[in-house]
Amino acid sequence: MIKQSQFQQQHQSTWNQCDDLLDRLELLKKSKRPDASELLKLPDLYSDLCQQLAIAQSRCYSPGLIEYLHNLTLRFHDHLYRREFRLGNTLLSFLTTDFPCTLRMHRRIFTLACLMFFGTMLVVGVLCYSYPDLIYSIMDDEQIATMEYMYNPAQNHVLGRTQKHEATSRVLMFGFYIRNNTGIGFQTFAGGILAGIGTAFYLIYNGLILGAVSGYLTQLGYGTPFWSFVSGHSAFELTAIAISGCAGLLLAKAILLPGNQTRREALRIEAHSAVILISGAALLFLAAAAVEGFWSPTAGIPVHVKYAVGAMLWMLLISYLVFSGRNHHAN
Amino acid sequence: MDTLYSIETPEGVSLDLKLAGPVVRCGAWLIDVMIRSAVYLPALLMIALTGKIGIAVFMIVLFLMEWFYPVVFELLWGATPGKRALGLKVVHTNGTPVRWQASMIRNLLRSADFLPLFYGFGVVAMLCSSRFQRLGDLAAGTLVVHYQKTRINLSPSEVTALQPPVTLSLQQRQAIMAFAERHTALSNDRALELAEHLASWHPESEIDPVKRVLGYARWYSEASSKTVIGDIS
Repeated sequence: MIKQSQFQQQHQSTWNQCDDLLDRLELLKKSKRPDASELLKLPDLYSDLCQQLAIAQSRCYSPGLIEYLHNLTLRFHDHLYRREFRLGNTLLSFLTTDFPCTLRMHRRIFTLACLMFFGTMLVVGVLCYSYPDLIYSIMDDEQIATMEYMYNPAQNHVLGRTQKHEATSRVLMFGFYIRNNTGIGFQTFAGGILAGIGTAFYLIYNGLILGAVSGYLTQLGYGTPFWSFVSGHSAFELTAIAISGCAGLLLAKAILLPGNQTRREALRIEAHSAVILISGAALLFLAAAAVEGFWSPTAGIPVHVKYAVGAMLWMLLISYLVFSGRNHHAN
Repeated sequence: MDTLYSIETPEGVSLDLKLAGPVVRCGAWLIDVMIRSAVYLPALLMIALTGKIGIAVFMIVLFLMEWFYPVVFELLWGATPGKRALGLKVVHTNGTPVRWQASMIRNLLRSADFLPLFYGFGVVAMLCSSRFQRLGDLAAGTLVVHYQKTRINLSPSEVTALQPPVTLSLQQRQAIMAFAERHTALSNDRALELAEHLASWHPESEIDPVKRVLGYARWYSEASSKTVIGDIS
């Protein structure tokens, strides 16, 4: 067995070379990073290093040396087992295949999320339409007054019906919708890890409010301003909420019904699908914010054009989610 | 040690990751909070100057900082600036650098970890898990680990090599060599105490125990092969 100092002498120059390469790999400036011929040496250097670490450990060389080799190996491991991230490619395959395919894979959970959200909305909407007084047990007086004021067809400065709504306030609303609505979507998702309680709460609560508002306003005879404002962005926004809920319910499923895996493992696997769904939902929220900020409040457009655009967006979105990526073969 | 987590690489060596506990992670979080607040201030100033467009930009900045600040830095550096400052890093449970999926999961679930108050669920999950994982880490399959570059510091000591009077086991030798590497970081009294303990099998020598142990360490690390042969015979 050779002594530690001899071992060190033998290999010190290699270790210094490794150290230098790693330092340069970790630089942010691309021009100073190692070139291709140097990168080709990495695997060999790494396997030598692994061997030397194993030798140092089995010969009980000094802990300082072992730690040094260990950390060098760990840093190497980091670089060799790294996957490159290309935003363009990732985004393209994400939109064309990953997102719609993942959603279709979990269509049963998605149906459940839709039932919780759209189901509540429909039931409460019909109830509030038939029994308008119900609204007072859902929203407080001030909220109801604001809502009535905003969508009153007799008012001239209503949302989406005058020129007063100039460009800057649209940008403002765009910013607000991005933060607020996407935030709600993310919280709906995150609530899934609390055994789905948070997700169920957000889905049902949002369904309740949206249903109550639309039912109540429609029976008041404010339907036209309300529906024409809402129709444009409804496709993106409502679908995004349901998909966020689906992502949250996936986490809940892993915790409540892990099947024949451990909960930890089930959670890790389901989270992998869930993150694709919630990222897709985030993009839909972004689209919804753009439509809601810039198209929905536009004045002077005939009501039926607004309805037609809304219906078209629903059809586009549904056919995207149903058909996109179908002919893609997993490779 | 129970704060070490071992991974085995395909090359067959096992690497130990040093898991980061709740206290140091809380420190990193506080640094990040301060950095984020420092960004909000100029953004608020900008609002005052630009009106509604400014508010819109501020809303979007707020949204991005709330949800994506950690994701961007974890993809770039493997850690947020706060974690980086404290030598922490986020990795997958197999030790590889974190990718966008895992980073998104752990940072979106942060809002669940934060409930009911100040990372209540997160801390409980960390204390219950054997690897200090909060809920987001459990779902993403990630760990937060200490990460430092160590420089080799094996400057040859001034002490003359001294042959130990008896044959020692490998573990005993390693303890002696660890002492030689660490003794400069110890107080004199503590060094003497440890050295006396290490040299306890030969107490009657008149040389200072610290020097004696350092001498043995030097002998073990660099004795010529001749002496080794002599030792065996």
